[in-house]
Amino acid sequence: MSAHAPAHPRPKRWWTPTKEAAQYAPPVPLGGPYFGWPLLVLLALAALGGALIVWRFAAGLGATTALNDGYPWGLWIAFDVVTGTALACGGYAIAILCYVLNRGKYHPLVRPAILTSAFGYSIAALFVMLDVGRPWLIWKVPLFFWHWNRHSVLLEVALCIMGYAIVSWIEISPAFFERMMHSKRPTIRAVGERGLSLVQGFLLWIVALGVLLPMMHQSSLGSLLLLSGPRLDPLWNTPLLPLLFLISCVGMGFGATVLESVLSSWLLEHEPKRPMLSSLGRAMVPVVGVYLAIRIGDLVRRDQLGALFALDGASILSLVELALFVLGAGLLVTERQRADLGNLFRAAIVLLVAGALYRFDVFLVAFRPGSHWHYFPSVTEILITVGLVAAEIAGYVLLIRFFPILSAGRHAAPAR
Amino acid sequence: MLYDSTKCIGCKACMGACNAANELELDTEASGGLWHTPLDLNEHAKNIIKLYQDESTGEHAYVKRQCMHCLDPACATACMLGAYAKREHGIVTYEPDYCIGCRYCEMACPFGVPKFEWSKLAPKMVKCELCKHRIAEGKGPACCEVCPVGAVIFGQREDLLAEAHKRLEDDPERYVPKVYGEHEAGGTQVLYLAGVEFEKLGLPAYGDEPVPGTVRTVQHAIYQGFVAPVALYVGLAAAMLRNRFANEADREEHQ
Ligand code: SF4
Ligand code: SF4
Ligand code: SF4
Repeated sequence: MSAHAPAHPRPKRWWTPTKEAAQYAPPVPLGGPYFGWPLLVLLALAALGGALIVWRFAAGLGATTALNDGYPWGLWIAFDVVTGTALACGGYAIAILCYVLNRGKYHPLVRPAILTSAFGYSIAALFVMLDVGRPWLIWKVPLFFWHWNRHSVLLEVALCIMGYAIVSWIEISPAFFERMMHSKRPTIRAVGERGLSLVQGFLLWIVALGVLLPMMHQSSLGSLLLLSGPRLDPLWNTPLLPLLFLISCVGMGFGATVLESVLSSWLLEHEPKRPMLSSLGRAMVPVVGVYLAIRIGDLVRRDQLGALFALDGASILSLVELALFVLGAGLLVTERQRADLGNLFRAAIVLLVAGALYRFDVFLVAFRPGSHWHYFPSVTEILITVGLVAAEIAGYVLLIRFFPILSAGRHAAPAR
Repeated sequence: MLYDSTKCIGCKACMGACNAANELELDTEASGGLWHTPLDLNEHAKNIIKLYQDESTGEHAYVKRQCMHCLDPACATACMLGAYAKREHGIVTYEPDYCIGCRYCEMACPFGVPKFEWSKLAPKMVKCELCKHRIAEGKGPACCEVCPVGAVIFGQREDLLAEAHKRLEDDPERYVPKVYGEHEAGGTQVLYLAGVEFEKLGLPAYGDEPVPGTVRTVQHAIYQGFVAPVALYVGLAAAMLRNRFANEADREEHQ
């Protein structure tokens, strides 16, 4: 399959990018090879995960997970839902830059970032289904609105995750319709055209929702643990949890976007969008700076500096957390640092790990149900996580090969 | 419910009575299949008697644990569809039809009370509901009824509070001078008297603030009755519309 140049006049677009953005080539499907061995490895891992999911439902949570009455939430919630959705915040962060702040030069990053969000949130929703004990009642959560407990932070998180999972697929749907418009079959072409012009009509309102929902529930993911306050280590227990979660997820979203662009340009051999990425890097410095100021200021205000330097387990983890944030931002301070693609890549990884560690610490380390409880994820929990992440990557690679998601500075390498 | 640790003889009659009244299976794992010996509250135990013992001083005391029926319960604040909620007589009861098994209530309860049926394929949450089915029949909770020494008694909270303070006054030597649950975590409907510090019995020194206080303040500050998110949404959409028109105008100018 070769790259398509649009043969038809495009229907009226929902968005007019800035002139800067217009300089970039429109996104194109990357083309084959579709089934290389890396993809087969990913699919094998995904199949193993799928089999274990069946076992999870056949044998129950007690038999398949290490969760217990002390640690009712474990790897699936702390990593796949809480950290996973933060990693998937690229779409949200880029949408803010591009549409709300009108920085057109980031336009080529929109589709890949939104696709990551769509996958990340869908997987998170799946993990919620796996984790809850009574998933056959889950449909009541969005529908039984007269039963909604308006004080329940989890309700808000659940509704927002479901909502954004749907919103992000609508946001990316023009890519699918555009591809259909190049089909050989006239009926599919017609569906594509219809679909595209339909979606264009209301996409702006959907994209605005796609900024609002993550903003609401990424902060609420932090609020979730406020109820556990009495049993939370004071190093992490602060009413500012929602703010810290919100700011760090923006950093993680940028990090994920940089990582993804650099990786896809290396792996898929197209030109990296260096200037775009380096200015993204610059934007990360103040974000991390604000995060650190609030985190440390809060520790000072709550008189926790002693505990921070006590050098016990909790203190060491907090210090590692802080050091990672400082290191990540430190790699992005000067123009020279940011011009180096490898350096950008390292900074993105460090910041992602920092944000992930913060989330793990709050959900699993800071939570103290009593010393007789212990939790370490079971092999099944880990393999299902690995399997679904593999499925996510495989799905992503397949979609960028079939559908116009990536736009290179120049057109993608011709099919091999 | 008022439990007086200094009266309790540790006979555990209340544990058996609780399981019988609530049709719970017995937990015989730790005793090799012989007796009901749960190690903590769990899916087979809504009620447990624990022993605190300090070998060096010989100090010891029993403590009964079950749901505290908080005045402002964290579990009910957590629950999405209100499966756990404060219902008649202030009892925090459970309606499985609205429980999806998320276990947020377990994360939230400051006393570690709600437990999950880990061994079942259609699990529910398990916790003391103050024998609501017996109370509906005009009877008292099974644990209170069976106690041979009256260590745990049932009644209205005000009456029990008065009784507890009377005992403190009558025999100050016997007790730590506090009724646990009068103010802790915003107050609970189950009250405790004890001869050793409550923290040693696993009843932590919580402040007087109800546990859901912080989250309610924070969420209220952020959302203010949903006005804030709607305003934000409108603001975002307005910014985007403005940007779009600006870009369009910009394009036309240069064509
Ligand atoms: S003790 Fe726990 S389960 Fe019982 S009412 Fe209070 S918060 Fe809910
Ligand atoms: S597990 Fe059930 S009762 Fe507990 S918070 Fe979740 S839905 Fe509510
Ligand atoms: S009130 Fe009923 S359910 Fe609660 S501990 Fe006593 S016997 Fe058990």
